[in-house]
Amino acid sequence: MDEQQQHSSFDELDARIRAAREREAEKTSDGPGRRAASSGIGLGMRLSVEFVAGVAVGVGLGYVLDRLLGTTPWLMVLFLLLGGAAGVMNAYRAARGMDATVGLGAAQRRLAERQKDK
Amino acid sequence: MANPIEQFKIKPIIPLEVGGVDISFTNSAVMMVIAVVLVTAFLTLSVRSRALVPGRWQSMAEVFYEFIAGMLRENVGSAGRKYFPFIFTLFMFVLTGNLLGMVPGAFTYTSHVIVTFGMAIVVFIGVTIIGFARHGTHFLRMFFPEGAPIATAVILVPIEVISYFSRPFSLAVRLFANMTVGHIILKVLGGFVVALGVFGVVPFAFLGAVTVLEFGIAMLQAYVFTILSCIYLHDAIHMH
Repeated sequence: MDEQQQHSSFDELDARIRAAREREAEKTSDGPGRRAASSGIGLGMRLSVEFVAGVAVGVGLGYVLDRLLGTTPWLMVLFLLLGGAAGVMNAYRAARGMDATVGLGAAQRRLAERQKDK
Repeated sequence: MANPIEQFKIKPIIPLEVGGVDISFTNSAVMMVIAVVLVTAFLTLSVRSRALVPGRWQSMAEVFYEFIAGMLRENVGSAGRKYFPFIFTLFMFVLTGNLLGMVPGAFTYTSHVIVTFGMAIVVFIGVTIIGFARHGTHFLRMFFPEGAPIATAVILVPIEVISYFSRPFSLAVRLFANMTVGHIILKVLGGFVVALGVFGVVPFAFLGAVTVLEFGIAMLQAYVFTILSCIYLHDAIHMH
């Protein structure tokens, strides 16, 4: 093999490596949180934890705010309801396979984009 | 039948008390030290030769490195590189804790909610600080969902804020619940094997299958904990 040939085969290899890298980068650049499908019990546990965490944090926040502002028990009641809403939202997002970033609107848009790509 | 909850009992090994606060060195702490020593030894010894063509141990260490580096690249982007040491440490600590718990008779430190919550709250506070440091008060903009009418902000912003604050809880409870439930199931099945005598082969076969499943869950939960940390980091760095 003379030098000319060797050069061209290296160039070719280089081009192939670069093309493979670009394909890889395209494949992996569709935003955060693509989650692998898990088992049924895993999903059930995940949804219940999401919901309960929302309610618990709502009640906790309401309780602390009530203690600070002396408005017992009104803020706790309000935040219980808001916490329930947050819990339902979290569970809904998890069930629909949306990513776990902040903001329902953005997550919905990304999910729609991902499904359009497929 | 053996008490299935007893395995989670914290036992002080070196009793210690400073200023009325019990800071005893417990069986949980022993396992954490073992995990840290194991991970450190594994990573430092395996890459000691610094071979260009990795040997068996070195390629194992490189698999872990590549896995977490890839996870960060996919979920956070190149800006996440800086946080690699933290995410890698977190993953190795949780993974080793989960897997050490599968050693018969060993204590699983990830089966205590305070341990997982401690890690989750560090991630949560760290991510919030990074978000405010990078974006200032503009970071708060993220709590108003895009595409919604401005009048709905009164109700939507508190919901998104509560959802944000529920993150460390769901992160901590998920890992803790998976580990605790798995170990209780194993213990209860083990109790059946002893109690049923000859017919114990039935739960024993089942026990084998569940043990394999538990190894899977141990690795999967370490992965989930780490990838969620990555996603939270993505929020703080990019705000979409």
